[in-house]
Amino acid sequence: MDWGALHTILGGVNKHSTSIGKIWLTVLFIFRIMILVVAAERVWGDEQDDFICNTLQPGCKNVCYDHFFPISHIRLWALQLIFVSTPALLVAMHVAYRRHEKKRQFRKGDQKCEYKDIEEIRRQRFRIEGSLWWTYTSSIFFRLVFEAVFMYAFYFMYDGFQMPRLMKCNAWPCPNTVDCFVSRPTEKTVFTIFMIAVSSICILLNVAELCYLLTKFFLRRSKKAANPKQHPNHENKEETKQNEMNELISDSCQNTVIGFSS
Amino acid sequence: MSWGFLCDLLSGVNKYSTAIGRIWVAVVFIFRLLVYIVAAENIWKDENDEFECSIRQPGCENVCFDHFFPVSHIRLWALQLIMVSTPSLLVVFHVAYRENREKHHNQKLYRSPRRIDGGLLCTYLTSLILKIGFEIGFLALFYKLYNGFKVPRLVKCDINPCPNTVDCYISKPTEKMIFLYFLGATSCLCIVLNLSELSYLIFKYSIKR
Repeated sequence: MDWGALHTILGGVNKHSTSIGKIWLTVLFIFRIMILVVAAERVWGDEQDDFICNTLQPGCKNVCYDHFFPISHIRLWALQLIFVSTPALLVAMHVAYRRHEKKRQFRKGDQKCEYKDIEEIRRQRFRIEGSLWWTYTSSIFFRLVFEAVFMYAFYFMYDGFQMPRLMKCNAWPCPNTVDCFVSRPTEKTVFTIFMIAVSSICILLNVAELCYLLTKFFLRRSKKAANPKQHPNHENKEETKQNEMNELISDSCQNTVIGFSS
Repeated sequence: MSWGFLCDLLSGVNKYSTAIGRIWVAVVFIFRLLVYIVAAENIWKDENDEFECSIRQPGCENVCFDHFFPVSHIRLWALQLIMVSTPSLLVVFHVAYRENREKHHNQKLYRSPRRIDGGLLCTYLTSLILKIGFEIGFLALFYKLYNGFKVPRLVKCDINPCPNTVDCYISKPTEKMIFLYFLGATSCLCIVLNLSELSYLIFKYSIKR
């Protein structure tokens, strides 16, 4: 069990994402998780062992290290990645729930459902419409919030993104102000800036995806508002919802019944 | 044999769970198991080496460390994860028993072996109660052993062979405290999920009656 398991879980969501969502997922796995595992963990691997203070006083090093690094960069990033990946699970759960409902309809022998077999339901790709749109949009919103919160926490805790070479410490039991030296500060700064840059790119991708979804929603709404006047039978709300469902089914079953233009 | 085994076990349980049960599995996988493996384990990795006492007396550090950490936080965390996941095995065994019985008698004995009704409902409720019990038990154990989730920077120790009261310094106390609070929060979340699942099943069953 490790990051690979997260990859398996989120890989399933990829099918139902927009193109921007797929790019976001790729950036997350290649430029953040993989970099964290193969490179960043090695850089921070010996951080406390090689953190040296200019004193022989026992305990001074421990206390100073704890004072300057309340939570290590590497752990903060791991938590950030876990929290940022989690909203996609909402989408996965919603899709699983829809599949379950379709399977139930299929088993009941519902005539409305025109699937050949269960496998087709399993392979089906759902369009982002209706309640799934709301779930998807909320998941993007939560992703944005988590990214922003973690970036701010990082900036607040470490007073910027640069790792200093030397820190002055006078916490008890250090006898006076001692110099403490951080190991590999430049390499750590480079990786910190890299992770922050990729985080920003992910935020931009999420904002773009959100705008795309909102634009699509409003366009669809305006088309629907124009449509009822053209259609011979004026529908009530229930029929519109049922028709949307049928549209979903007919689209994926590649039925030849002509749906509504929206 | 490693955490992968627990993952397989929980994935198997997922099939027979209610919706809340599936949310519980997701929370355990992602917020407890994954966080444990990728983050928490590394923090406690060198806790003994980095535990430092202000004395050169051989054996003093060892004795003091042993006194203040009878069972390391991280081991308690791992035990908690294992114990909390195990009651779900009862459900798996009961479903397997039902399916075997149907095969043996060669006839349909149940509406569906996986449907949560009758004896399987009792087993499921028992597993939920056991899960809640284990969660509360381990939280209580944490409180009793370590007086809550606080990890002090400095502890004073005067056990033989330490010649007098010496200062001992724990490594990364703040980081450990943050992750212990995280552990406590996810534990409480799981207790809430288990309680809601319990009430949902009891309510559903009493409505049916």
